[in-house]
Amino acid sequence: MTKVTKKLTCIECPKGCRLAVDVDNGKVVKVAGNECPKGEKYAISEIENPARILTSAVLSQGLALKMIPVRTDNPIPKSRIFEAMAEIKKIRVKKSLKTSDIIVENFMGLGVDLIATRKAK
Amino acid sequence: MIKKDLVIVGGGPGGMAASVSAYESGIKDILLLERDQYLGGILNQCVHTGFGLEHFKEVLTGPEYAERFIARLQDMPGIDVSLKSLAVKLTRDKTVTFLKPGVLQTVKAGAIIMATGCREKTREMVHIPGTRPSGVFSAGLAQKLINIEGLLPGKEVVVVGSGDIGLIMARRFTLEGAKVKAVIEIQDKPSGLLRNIAQCVEDFNIPMYFRHKISRIHGRDRVEKVSVVKVGDDLNEIPGSLFEIKCDTVLMSVGLIQENELIDASGIQIQGNNTDVPGIFVCGNALKIYDIVDWVTKDSFAAGKLAAEYIK
Repeated sequence: MTKVTKKLTCIECPKGCRLAVDVDNGKVVKVAGNECPKGEKYAISEIENPARILTSAVLSQGLALKMIPVRTDNPIPKSRIFEAMAEIKKIRVKKSLKTSDIIVENFMGLGVDLIATRKAK
Repeated sequence: MIKKDLVIVGGGPGGMAASVSAYESGIKDILLLERDQYLGGILNQCVHTGFGLEHFKEVLTGPEYAERFIARLQDMPGIDVSLKSLAVKLTRDKTVTFLKPGVLQTVKAGAIIMATGCREKTREMVHIPGTRPSGVFSAGLAQKLINIEGLLPGKEVVVVGSGDIGLIMARRFTLEGAKVKAVIEIQDKPSGLLRNIAQCVEDFNIPMYFRHKISRIHGRDRVEKVSVVKVGDDLNEIPGSLFEIKCDTVLMSVGLIQENELIDASGIQIQGNNTDVPGIFVCGNALKIYDIVDWVTKDSFAAGKLAAEYIK
């Protein structure tokens, strides 16, 4: 038998539903405990391909705002988070930008963009 | 003395929402006082996601949430936003005195909304014995140092309390390369949101100790270690349970309290969602500590509307 039930906490909203996820051979076969469809989607992602939106801040040069807050516009694999942080530390923003402007396109080849979450002049 | 229909004290999520709401309810002569050099309040340093799901029906970071309101305020010419403006006095006859670089000014208002937010409880408020070295920060101060100032205030961290800011900062320090050695919570369950336990603590295998407390902070110049004890359901120390954790930083995340010094000093009483002075309102975290900013927005929209009705 490869079937197991895993307990997860949904992170999609502040409710934090407790999920019971039946997993068979690494695939989700049933999700219980979720109060909305987001919970099921989260459980499948979390078991089969865990990913997070990464948020941080990058250093600017010559702008009034020293740290520009950033995020990936879509989730990236959890396993690449620390590598992504090392990349973020290398970045220097020198031009003024608006919220949602792309700082790094196709960040680390992951198919997501690293975007600014605050405007900076 | 200058005159304004409405004066709003505080340019965080509460004050911004109250301004927008009052403006849309017909008040076109508003002064919004913000002590910092930017609008947005604490949202600016909350670079993580999780904001806006209720109000905007999408997930935003703190700065993105703030910017939506900042953009709306810019389209409202009757709202005079005064930055670097610290309110220092409130009176029952509806005046606010504020300090801005080089000027001490008093404004007579038709109505006032106090949206002064809250502040974090400190080590002193939870009585942790020991020495008084550097390296003890409130979680929100550490957040400001990392996300606004670009400084990492420690490398080996113990978090006291499991409030949301402490949990968020446990993750933030870990991402920045620091080692978070423990989150210590005296209660038997977290005070922060469960999703933050999942995505900030469990994601990074940070040890979490419930029914434990720090019994002593050690260190001469800088924090060197903390003593931790287990407590019973009566919250008293269990003899023989003491152990030590080596660390250089202690983050306090033990709750928030309303920042209502101006109201208290004026003798005004907060009554329900209001005050005992008609035309002086309180909203957002200054009224009640909310778990999520969306509720601050909702509460403050209501306050803006009430103030507009009063003025008319």
